[in-house]
Amino acid sequence: MSRRRAPRAARAVLACALALALPAGAPAAEPPAPLRVSAAASLAEAFTEIARGFERSHPGVAVRLNLAGSQQLAAQLEHGAVADVFASADERWMEHVAARGLLAGEARTFARNRLVVIVPRTNPARIGRLQDLARRGVKLVLGADAVPVGRYSREALERLAGSEGFERDFARRVLANVVSEEENVRAVVGKVQLGEADAGIVYRSDVPPALERSVRTFELPEAADVIAHYRIAVLAGATRPEVARAFVERVLSSEGQAALVRRGLLPAAAGP
Amino acid sequence: MSGVTPVQPPPRARRGRLVRVAVAAAIALLLALVTLPFAGLLARVSPAALASRLATPAVLDALRLSLVTSLAATAVVVLLGVPTAYVLATRDFPGKRMVEVLLALPMVLPPTVAGFALLMAFGRMGLAGQWLQAAGWTLPFTTAGVVLAQVFMAAPFFISPARAGFAGVDRRLLETAATLRASEAQRFWRVVLPLAAPSLLAGVSLAGARALGEFGATITFAGNLPGVTQTMPLAVYVALQSDLDTAVVLSVILLVMSFGLLLGLRAAPAGWLGTGARAGRPGRAPAR
Repeated sequence: MSRRRAPRAARAVLACALALALPAGAPAAEPPAPLRVSAAASLAEAFTEIARGFERSHPGVAVRLNLAGSQQLAAQLEHGAVADVFASADERWMEHVAARGLLAGEARTFARNRLVVIVPRTNPARIGRLQDLARRGVKLVLGADAVPVGRYSREALERLAGSEGFERDFARRVLANVVSEEENVRAVVGKVQLGEADAGIVYRSDVPPALERSVRTFELPEAADVIAHYRIAVLAGATRPEVARAFVERVLSSEGQAALVRRGLLPAAAGP
Repeated sequence: MSGVTPVQPPPRARRGRLVRVAVAAAIALLLALVTLPFAGLLARVSPAALASRLATPAVLDALRLSLVTSLAATAVVVLLGVPTAYVLATRDFPGKRMVEVLLALPMVLPPTVAGFALLMAFGRMGLAGQWLQAAGWTLPFTTAGVVLAQVFMAAPFFISPARAGFAGVDRRLLETAATLRASEAQRFWRVVLPLAAPSLLAGVSLAGARALGEFGATITFAGNLPGVTQTMPLAVYVALQSDLDTAVVLSVILLVMSFGLLLGLRAAPAGWLGTGARAGRPGRAPAR
């Protein structure tokens, strides 16, 4: 390459860069900003459906879902991620966000969920009842303690311990069988579905009919079941607060509730 | 394009200066891009916090596990990688290109995909995993599984410099050694290995650093359990979501270790490899 060409090429690159940079700064014929909804991983299907319905009734509004473990979403918001709506799978992370002044208005409960134990269809550890989870050598996968489902699972095990038909040290023995603490509930489902784990604890709504071909489900006794409470709120940093409020209303409407129930969640109970 | 200016005196000094300024700006920009995040990390942590957090069991467990697994993984990589790299550097055989591509593949594969593929192979329902299971070996959710994931991801980082090192050994020296009746094994140990040592060490440092930093394949294949499979990078990821101070401390430790590893082995060859290393310094083209 000749020596003369290099600076000329550099100038050309600079010119292109400027040409690209300038219009970005100038006001364009603005397409409306999307509505950004940060939602717990377990809400994936239900919120996708609700978002589609919302887009139909609000022309010009595009809903963008950011799905992850609630603790991860809370960490993102805490460190400056911009979003309009936050839907958490538990009270803890909603409070975490509220305590940092990131909410605009009240958080409301919009859905509930139950826990179930799942085992692979092949059932390698031959689990026939919940008590078998405490047997030595069972490979159990839970959500990490920071993940809502992980905290709920530990709570449920504590409640089972000492209850009718369960040993006092049930929870301790089951927890000694944990081989992995996953970062969101869907990762727990994956490890069981692949047959790598002998059992896992997930939400009822994570086991849609299609999945029942590869996993078997055990319900928890009524007394021990921990009901997950999902909370939703408009964020202080919302770029379109009025649209955000309308989205929250949609989730709480009979239509939104029906979508949640179709995906295996429970409707919001009366109260906040 | 980097060699454009300095080779001959420029016809017009002004233009030369312009290029030099542009090059300096590029270097400064890149350096800032790389150093600023590190500076940000270091700025967040006080030495006192570092000391107090370092002693917590969560941090110590992760540190110990990371050291053990990445050392083990590096040892396996060297043990399997030296003969592989040597054969690739010195022999031709049918399908060699294919072997090379396969061995390099983990370098460009997203680690999560690698972890998933490892499950499909060595998981208990996996192709080879079923047999391992029957023989009483389990890899997922075990420390051995962590090492396997690290070996898988780190091996290419050793093989390519090692191969280049072996290929760079001056053939004439081997021929001379042969005339002195050195056997092939003797030639390998006394001539090839010392001459290729700087490249091998570079490979060891890269592979070690890659193993130390392994995240995606580990969490997918081996899972995440403190003390068993939760290495430092996994501990950082988990702590980021709940305990930011611990995350910062873990990150700083990882940063310092990786920096030391790369720096130490880069500085080493001149000093500790004796006379043999000189002749094999990379950059000197071997005469064929």
